[in-house]
Amino acid sequence: MHGINNLLLLMVILLNFFTLGSSRLGACIRAVALQGAVISILPITLHGINGHSVILATGAFVLKGIFIPWLLFRAIREVRIRREVEPLIGFIPTLIIGALTTSAAFIFADNLPLIEAHHGSLFIPTALATLFTGFLLLITRRKAITQVLGYLMFENGIFVLAVLLSEAMPLMVEAGVLLDLLVAIFIMGIVINQINHEFSTLNTERLSALKE
Amino acid sequence: MVTFITGTLLLLGSGIPGLFCNRQSPLGERLAAVLSVAGSLLGAGAVVAALLIPGNPAIHLPWPIPGGAFALTIDGISACFLFPVYLVTVTGSIYTLGYWPQRNNPGSGTRLRIFYGGMAGSLTLVLTASNGILFLACWEIMALVGFFLITIEDHVLEVRRAGFIYLACTHAGTLALFALFVILGQFSGSFDFPAAESLSAVAGPATAIFLLALFGFGLKAGLMPFHIWLPGAHAAAPSQVSALLSGVMIKTGIYGIIRVTGFFSVPPAWWGWTILTIGAISGVMGVAFAIAQHDIKRLLAYHSVENIGIIALGLGTALLGKSFDQPLLTSLGLAGALLHVINHGLFKSLLFLGAGSIIHATGTREIDHYGGLLRRQPLTGLFFLGGAVAICGLPPLNGFVSEWFIYLGLFKSLGHDAPALRLSVFAAPVLALIGGLALACFVKVFGAAFLGTPRTPAAVGAHEAPASMLLPMAVLLACCFVIGLLPSAFIPLLDRALAAWATGAKALPPLSAAVAPVAAISWAALALAVLIGILALWLHRQKTPQTPRRPTWGCGYAFPATRMQYTASSFAEMLVGLLRWGLRPDRHGGRVEAPLAKPANFASHTPDTVLDRGVLPACRVSILVCTWVRARVQNGSTGCYLLYVMLALGALLTLATLLRG
Repeated sequence: MHGINNLLLLMVILLNFFTLGSSRLGACIRAVALQGAVISILPITLHGINGHSVILATGAFVLKGIFIPWLLFRAIREVRIRREVEPLIGFIPTLIIGALTTSAAFIFADNLPLIEAHHGSLFIPTALATLFTGFLLLITRRKAITQVLGYLMFENGIFVLAVLLSEAMPLMVEAGVLLDLLVAIFIMGIVINQINHEFSTLNTERLSALKE
Repeated sequence: MVTFITGTLLLLGSGIPGLFCNRQSPLGERLAAVLSVAGSLLGAGAVVAALLIPGNPAIHLPWPIPGGAFALTIDGISACFLFPVYLVTVTGSIYTLGYWPQRNNPGSGTRLRIFYGGMAGSLTLVLTASNGILFLACWEIMALVGFFLITIEDHVLEVRRAGFIYLACTHAGTLALFALFVILGQFSGSFDFPAAESLSAVAGPATAIFLLALFGFGLKAGLMPFHIWLPGAHAAAPSQVSALLSGVMIKTGIYGIIRVTGFFSVPPAWWGWTILTIGAISGVMGVAFAIAQHDIKRLLAYHSVENIGIIALGLGTALLGKSFDQPLLTSLGLAGALLHVINHGLFKSLLFLGAGSIIHATGTREIDHYGGLLRRQPLTGLFFLGGAVAICGLPPLNGFVSEWFIYLGLFKSLGHDAPALRLSVFAAPVLALIGGLALACFVKVFGAAFLGTPRTPAAVGAHEAPASMLLPMAVLLACCFVIGLLPSAFIPLLDRALAAWATGAKALPPLSAAVAPVAAISWAALALAVLIGILALWLHRQKTPQTPRRPTWGCGYAFPATRMQYTASSFAEMLVGLLRWGLRPDRHGGRVEAPLAKPANFASHTPDTVLDRGVLPACRVSILVCTWVRARVQNGSTGCYLLYVMLALGALLTLATLLRG
C-alpha cells in the first residue's frame, strides 16, 4: 500500500511540472483532471476500502476528474478563445521556480511539527508543492481559465493534505468542501463569460481598469 | 459596599430622567442635580464608612467574560481619589443649573447631563476596580463619555478638532493599557490585581509594564510629552466639564501609575528618576506654556499639566525612597502627591468654575477682552483669587501643604549616603521655579481680568453670576481653606493610603508630627490668615474717599484710553521671551519702521510645541507615505495579491522551519 501511495503522489508532482510547462490549454485541463483523478484514489489506498473512503473517493473522482474538466472544456468551446496559455513569466523560469518551491516544500515538510505517523511520508511535501504550484499558476498566467486551473490545483493540494485527516474528519465537512469547490467553479465560469462579454478577452490584466 | 454601588448607579443614571421631561421644562435638570447630589453623598458616605473600619471592603462577583470579575475594592489610595470626584460632581451639577440651563440649551442640556453623570459614575468604578478586565471596561466607558462631554458644542469646528485629538490620544493610551494588563495578567497569573508589593521588579516583564503604564496612564494624566490633547479639550468643553476633566479625570492616569508601581516590591531606581524628570519637565514647561496663553481656559489647562508635574515629582520621590530603602522619603513624597491630587481637584475646579462665570458674563475666553471685572463680579473675583492663591502654593491655602510635603521629602534625601539619591534634591529648586512662574501667571490673569478698566463692551456689560454658580465656588474655596488650615484632619486618610501602597516588611512610618509638622502648618497658616484679615481691615479703614478715581495705568496721561492698559500678553512678554527656546511663540507684525509710523498691527500666539510642531506634521508625513505605499501595494492586480498570500505562506513556513531547526 505504501508503494502505491508514493507512486500516486509522485505522479501528482510530475503533473504539477507538466502543467507549469505546457503551453496548450487543453493539455493543462487534461493534466489537472488527471491529477484530480489520481488524488481521488488516495483515500482508498491510504485507509482501505470502507464506506467513508469510498464515498469520498467517488465524490472527488466525479467532481475533479469528470465534471469540472467537462465544464472547463465546454467553457473553452463556448467563448471560443485561443487554445494557448499566455504566461506573464516564460515557461522555463516558471518551471525553475516550480522546482525551487517543490524542493522548499520538502524542506518545510521535514521541519513542520507533525505527528509521528506522518513523518517521512510523501503526503505533506506533495500537498505543499501542489499548493505552491497552484499559486504559481494563479500568479503567472493571464487568462481567467488558467486561473481557474490554478484554483483547482490549489484545492488538489488541500485535498492531499485532508486525506491524511479523513479518518478524523466527518464526512459532512468533506462534502461541504467539495460543494464549495463546485460552486466556486460555477461562479468562475459565469465570471469568465461575463469578462469575455465585457472586454471581449479573458485577459485578467484588463480587470485592473476597474480599480478605483 | 452596597451603598457605594447605589451611589454609583444614581450617578450613572442621573441624566436619564431628563430624557422623559419636556425639552423646555427645568424639571429634568433639577432631577439630575438632586440625583447626582444624592449619589455623591451616598458614595462619599460609603467611602468614609470604609475608612473608619480596619480592612478594605471589597466585592467579587463572577463575570462571564474570560478572566474578568466584577471586583471592587475601596482602599486608602482609592479614597484619596474618590473624595474629589464626589465633591467636584456635586458642585459641578449644581453649577450646571445656572451655567447651562435647560431653557437656553434644550438640545445639548440633556446630552450634557447624561454624559456628566456617566463620567462621574464611571470614574468611581475606575478608581475602585480591582480586576484588569473590569478596569479596562470602565476606563473605556470613561474615555468615550469624555469624548461626548468635550464635543457638547459640536457645531464648532475647533471643538470637533479637539474632540478627535482627544479620541486618538485616549485610544492610543488604551491600547498600551490593554498590553499592560495582558502582560500583568500573565506575570501574576490572574487578571485580578495582585496585592501591593507582591511582584518582583527584577523579573523580565516589569520594565515593559512600567513603560506601558507610563505611556498609557501618562497620556490620560497629561504628563508633558503626552499632554497634547489636554489644552484643546479643556478649552473646548463647557466649564463645569473642564472642572471635572481637569480636576478629576486626568487624575485617573496618576491613580493608574500609583497603583501599578505599587504592585512591585522594590522598584529599580531609574523608575523614580524617570518620573521625577518627566514631572520636572511637565511642571516647568506646563506653567511656561500657561504664561504664554491668551485663552483663559487653555491657560488653566496648561496649569493642569504643571500640577500633574508636581504630583509626578512627589511620586518620583516616593519611588526613589522605595528603591533606596528610605521610608521617610516615600511617606512624604507619596503623601504630598496624594494630597496634591485632592488639592488640585479642589482649586482647579474652583478656577474653572470661576472662569466659567467670567465667560458666562462676557461671552469670550480671551483674557485681553476682560478688565475691571472685580467691580462687576466681586464674589467671582474673590473666589477666583482664592483659587489662584491656592494653585500658586501660597499659605494659608491648601496648595501650600502638599507642596510642603514634597519639599520636605526632597530635602530628606540629603540625609542618605548614596550620592545618587542626593541628586534628587535638585528637584526642590525646580518646584520653587514652578511656584514662582505660577504666581507670575496668576498675577497676569487676575490683573488683566479683574483689575484695570473694562477693555471691551462685553466686559462693561458683565454681571455677577447667579447664586447656583456662586454657591459651588464658595463650597470649593471653603474646602481649600479647611485643608490649608487643618491638614492634620487628613493625615489619617493619607496614612491609610500609604499603608495600601507599601505593605509588608517595610511598612511606612505614619505621618506623625515628627515626620511632617502639620500642627505647625496649621498654626502658621491661621496666624497668616488672621494677619491678612487684620491688614485688610486696617487698609479698609485707612481708605480716604478724597482720592479721585482715575483709570488704572493712566500714567498721568490727560486722556487715558482703555486700550493703553497693560495687556495680558505684554505682562507676560518678558517671561515668554526668556522661555522662547521651548515655547517658540509666533509673532506677526509689531515692527515700527519710521519715526512717524503708519498704523501697525501686532499679534502673537503660542501653539503647542509638541502637538502643532511635532505630532501633527509627523502625522501629515505619515499620511503621505502611507497613501503612497498603499497605492503601490494595493495595485489592483489579482496576481499580485495572490503573490502576497504566497509570500506570507512561504514566510510562515520558513519561520516554522527556522524555529525548529
